[in-house]
Amino acid sequence: MERPLTKNIHPGQEPLSLAEYEKAGGYRSLRKALAMPPQDIVALVKASNLRGRGGAGFPTGMKWGLVPQVGSVPQPRYFIVNADEMEPGAFKDRLLLEGDPNQIIEGIIVSAYAVQTEKAFIFLRREYFLAEKRLKKAIAEAYEKGYLGAGILGSGFNLDLRIHSSAGRYICGEETALINALEGKRAVPRAKPPFPLACGLWGRPTLVNNPETVANIPHIVNNGAEWFKALSACADGGTKIYGVSGRVNKPGAWELPMGTTIEELIEDHGGGMQKGYALRGIIPGGASTDFLLPKHLDVPMDFDSVAKAGSRMGTGTMTVLDDRTCPVGFVHNLEVFFSRESCGWCTPCREGLPWIEKILHAIENGRGESGDLSLLEQHCRLLGPGNTFCALAPGAVEPLQSALKYFREDFERHIREKKCTWK
Amino acid sequence: MITIYIDNKPYQVKPGQNLLQACLSLGFDLPYFCWHPALHAVGACRQCAVKQFKDERDTRGRIVMSCMTPVAEGMRISVDDAEAKAFRKGVIEWLMLNHPHDCPVCDEGGECHLQDMTVMTGHNERRTRFKKRTHRNQYLGPFINHEMNRCIQCYRCVRYYRDYAGGRDLNVFSAHDHVYFGRHEDGVLDSEFSGNLVEICPTGVFTDKTLKQHYARKWDLQTAPSICVHCGLGCNTIAGERYGTLRRIMNRYHHDVNGYFLCDRGRFGYEFVNSGKRIKQPMLSPSLSPSPQGRDASTSSPLAGEDRGEGDLQPFDKESVLGHVTGILSNSKGIIGIGSPRASLESNFALRSLVGPGNFYSGMSEPDHRLISLIIDIHQKGPARSPSLRDVRMADAIVVLGEDLTNTAPLLALSLRQAVRGREFEAAAKLNIPEWHDAGVRNAGRGARNPLFIATPAQTRLDDIAIKTCHAAPDDIARLGFAIAHELDPSAPAVRGLTEGTSSLAKEIAHSLKDAKRPLVIAGTSLFNEQIVQAAANIAAALCAGSTDAALCYTVPECNSMGLGIIGGRNLDEAFTVMDDGLADTVVILENDLYRRADAGKINAFLDRAKHVIVLDHISTRTALRADIVLPAGTFAESNGTLVNNEGRAQRFYQAFVPQGDIQGGWKWIHAIMVAAGRTTADAMQSLDSVTATMADAFPVLAPVKDIAPPADFRIKGSKVPRQPHRYSGRTSMHADVSVNEGKPREDADSPLAFSMEGSEEQPPAPLIARYWSPGWSSVQALNKYQQEVGGELRDNGSGKRLVQPDQHGKPAYFTADPAKASHAMDAAIVPAYQIFGSDELSNYSPAIEERAKAKKP
Repeated sequence: MERPLTKNIHPGQEPLSLAEYEKAGGYRSLRKALAMPPQDIVALVKASNLRGRGGAGFPTGMKWGLVPQVGSVPQPRYFIVNADEMEPGAFKDRLLLEGDPNQIIEGIIVSAYAVQTEKAFIFLRREYFLAEKRLKKAIAEAYEKGYLGAGILGSGFNLDLRIHSSAGRYICGEETALINALEGKRAVPRAKPPFPLACGLWGRPTLVNNPETVANIPHIVNNGAEWFKALSACADGGTKIYGVSGRVNKPGAWELPMGTTIEELIEDHGGGMQKGYALRGIIPGGASTDFLLPKHLDVPMDFDSVAKAGSRMGTGTMTVLDDRTCPVGFVHNLEVFFSRESCGWCTPCREGLPWIEKILHAIENGRGESGDLSLLEQHCRLLGPGNTFCALAPGAVEPLQSALKYFREDFERHIREKKCTWK
Repeated sequence: MITIYIDNKPYQVKPGQNLLQACLSLGFDLPYFCWHPALHAVGACRQCAVKQFKDERDTRGRIVMSCMTPVAEGMRISVDDAEAKAFRKGVIEWLMLNHPHDCPVCDEGGECHLQDMTVMTGHNERRTRFKKRTHRNQYLGPFINHEMNRCIQCYRCVRYYRDYAGGRDLNVFSAHDHVYFGRHEDGVLDSEFSGNLVEICPTGVFTDKTLKQHYARKWDLQTAPSICVHCGLGCNTIAGERYGTLRRIMNRYHHDVNGYFLCDRGRFGYEFVNSGKRIKQPMLSPSLSPSPQGRDASTSSPLAGEDRGEGDLQPFDKESVLGHVTGILSNSKGIIGIGSPRASLESNFALRSLVGPGNFYSGMSEPDHRLISLIIDIHQKGPARSPSLRDVRMADAIVVLGEDLTNTAPLLALSLRQAVRGREFEAAAKLNIPEWHDAGVRNAGRGARNPLFIATPAQTRLDDIAIKTCHAAPDDIARLGFAIAHELDPSAPAVRGLTEGTSSLAKEIAHSLKDAKRPLVIAGTSLFNEQIVQAAANIAAALCAGSTDAALCYTVPECNSMGLGIIGGRNLDEAFTVMDDGLADTVVILENDLYRRADAGKINAFLDRAKHVIVLDHISTRTALRADIVLPAGTFAESNGTLVNNEGRAQRFYQAFVPQGDIQGGWKWIHAIMVAAGRTTADAMQSLDSVTATMADAFPVLAPVKDIAPPADFRIKGSKVPRQPHRYSGRTSMHADVSVNEGKPREDADSPLAFSMEGSEEQPPAPLIARYWSPGWSSVQALNKYQQEVGGELRDNGSGKRLVQPDQHGKPAYFTADPAKASHAMDAAIVPAYQIFGSDELSNYSPAIEERAKAKKP
């Protein structure tokens, strides 16, 4: 099985230097791309059925196609890699950023060429110090080699690439909040429209992509759309970095065909549940996705299949809930995170999430009251998409609303018995 | 107009606005917080949610924020939808989670938008059992009280303070449900427009600290429409009184003038009205009344200390003082009347009538008088029009010659901050971002600015938004102005010997102005430089010659400088000469501290030479202290009258309350003197309407003053307009310490307003709006209900009338640059440096202004 994204990554070892990366076939795609008209690369990515790996799964080629033509909107235009990987349970981008920084950089250069932007940024999670160090080294090498800067490889294409390490807020993963943060403003989301593709960083057309998405680009350019689609076990093209955390025997992250089933991930790659623990639920794609149940083990992990099962694939990095962990405490822990990470801009998120968190804390500590569950349910409805300014709060209530559905008896018992029976 | 369907009923609305504006303009009670008509929409609070349906068959619909949704032909929405209502109620519930239940002790109580909206959405049950978050409050200076626990995080304060007013020292800190709005540390708010936070904040976080010193509820305040007296712009205000003291000033919306905002001098300068230095009773110098007869010993004199050398002025009863006045006037061998640019048209005109037109002096110093006359002349001859502040906000290229606007005409500075944003709106429009989408406009606009050029002797607080600033001596500023005019129209006189720098700057400015659709030239009197005034006129005339619709704005020093200029008379220096020549021995000084106008030696000599000095004023000024007779003249809050602002707009101010003692308006005193003297012309001064009518006969240019507001006999359904709200409390007992009998309210023969809570509750015509209130809307936001459309004109088309209309087809007669002044660099020049807090006479008697003036400069 081909693992194009991680083939150069060897845990515990330094990543490849630029020379080693080139020896391993690196930067072939850039030479090839520069010989192609940019719109042909966009068409190629469209044909590959690559869907954005940040969580929403928007078709990458289609998004690129929406970038205004350079003739109508001249430079500066911006390309941003959203490497602010702060979703609880997600560490897939870190693997790529630390493990093969050259691959990310090559992906950025080819992507920037395809959409004709001459300035690019990597917006990096604050805590990714190692990734920052390695990326900086790789960027310096790329500049030296003429892969970055003016007139790349003798072409007329220029690209300037910089790293910006975040001040550290979950909301910076929201692309417009990221743009505000990059401008030195408070990291609060912007109203859309106008969308960043029309009016983004410093008011210019701005494309934001996930590192894993970008990492796929060189391979698509090198090997073609059909090859890329063939990597996958489903209609969406390519491989996917999946992760499993929780009480499995071998938690980790692996590059596998897109559409690998949940069961395969937990059993074959995660090594199954630890002895004495039984699976009760799964949040499939980071903390802001709905729970799935053991009955969903056969669901393929691709965007459409997981959505059909009632959740979202999100980042593809799942966390399992076992039978010796309190689901109320589990969800409470998530809501502590989300309520703290609310940016404070819109009322439902700023005020609703802390209220949810306090109710869950009360229930978990034996101080739940009879009306609490209906209050929680009401919040799940009121914090739905469209009601809030951005997707943070709707995401935050996803695990809660499904927990209330699937583990309702546990919540009720907490309130009835005025204690957490796992404690 | 387009058709939208609200709850299945068709409505005609203006395109290009958002749904919230449309719904509010149609009269729907839709709650909101973060939206403000001057700040526009950002979609933060989520309070204005409505249901939008795809088409007639869509029954589910989806919740949208009305403030972020553009109106569109045929769109279908529901305000009444159960889900939308539940969501709006939910938003209030969230906002109330941490809001203290301290309404009874909160200054905002009774005029709180949060209270109104809470009632409107029906949230009335507290379902949370958790503790509220608390914050530390900050000291923000003498104007604003800070109570962060009440904050509902609507972000209006920072959007106003930073984005609208250009302030930098108020911001939002921290995140999630702990966001904090304040300064980085305790300290005096730096912006000159901080007082608007009081009205911008929808609840009691930022409240009026001066009101707190003598607090009264909104419903307990007797209020009247008023005009600010602290500079020449004529901002519209509402003055509120309780128990005989003026409690506060609030903004009174005027579409064309101040809009929604006031400066801090205008808002907090009012306390001179309550000053311990007020003159409350007629006073006589002992030399006039050696016997203690008629002497009112019960009142101590505020005029102790200095005097004319013959002992302290002592309070006397009105009749005997009037007797003395008539005695003096009839035995005098010559009387001089000195008017005042801070007194109303009516008072100045009445004095002129009392002493005779030939004996009337404006009370302005020679240069002031000359400049004001010049400005009026320029405005009358045209061709450039004199812009309203609204016109200023729409200007797209501006040059300022000589004026430090933040300190000489503060709201003009605030208006320029809006004018330069025009480019942002243009950039946004290219991306189809509508004007009301504040965040989108700012993202697309990236701070793009219309060109603003400032030429002043020193740095100004507007330099941050100027494309270019030029610091030069007044004469050199004038030369720059002449050079710009010459660039625009070669037939305008050229300036010889310009430096290369000045020459290229003149070219650049001329180029910008020429390219603009609505260019604006601003100058003024503050540097006492006639050539700057002329140079500005030349630029405007040159633009008009090139068939551009140019505006020419002059700032003037005082609230009625223009009105007094129209009435005319001779200047103060000429009065000195007449007295020196022995042609007069008596002087009547109206609301004017001459010591502010000329050298103290000259004033001393003048007053020494006068046999009799009669002063009418509010405050015991140095001039009043030297009088033989002092009459207590009412301030703007205690009298009715008309002021003409820098634009040439006559506006009426109304008495807010019946003052203590014998205080009455200047013109009323003069009327009383005329009656006591048995003058046949006294009848013409009997009422406000008769004064304005007589004035119109004497000065045709003042004829419109008769019509700027309804006459005194105006009634709504047979009733006067009450100054007291219908919830005014304590009426029957508030004077029980004096008498348990409830006195009859004082009649007001001069205006359609009544000193009463009885009368029509209907919305009065704009000049008579004494407060904003509508059922369910107790806060200032009730203003929406008084406008033709939200953010638009008041229902009967605003108030005030322009007295000076330029002859737009007049041929420009250019002023000639004075060659004598050309091209020699002065070693040093003394120029006045104005201070918004400190340079104005009356506001300096307000403790808060005094404290603010002492605060460290940023």
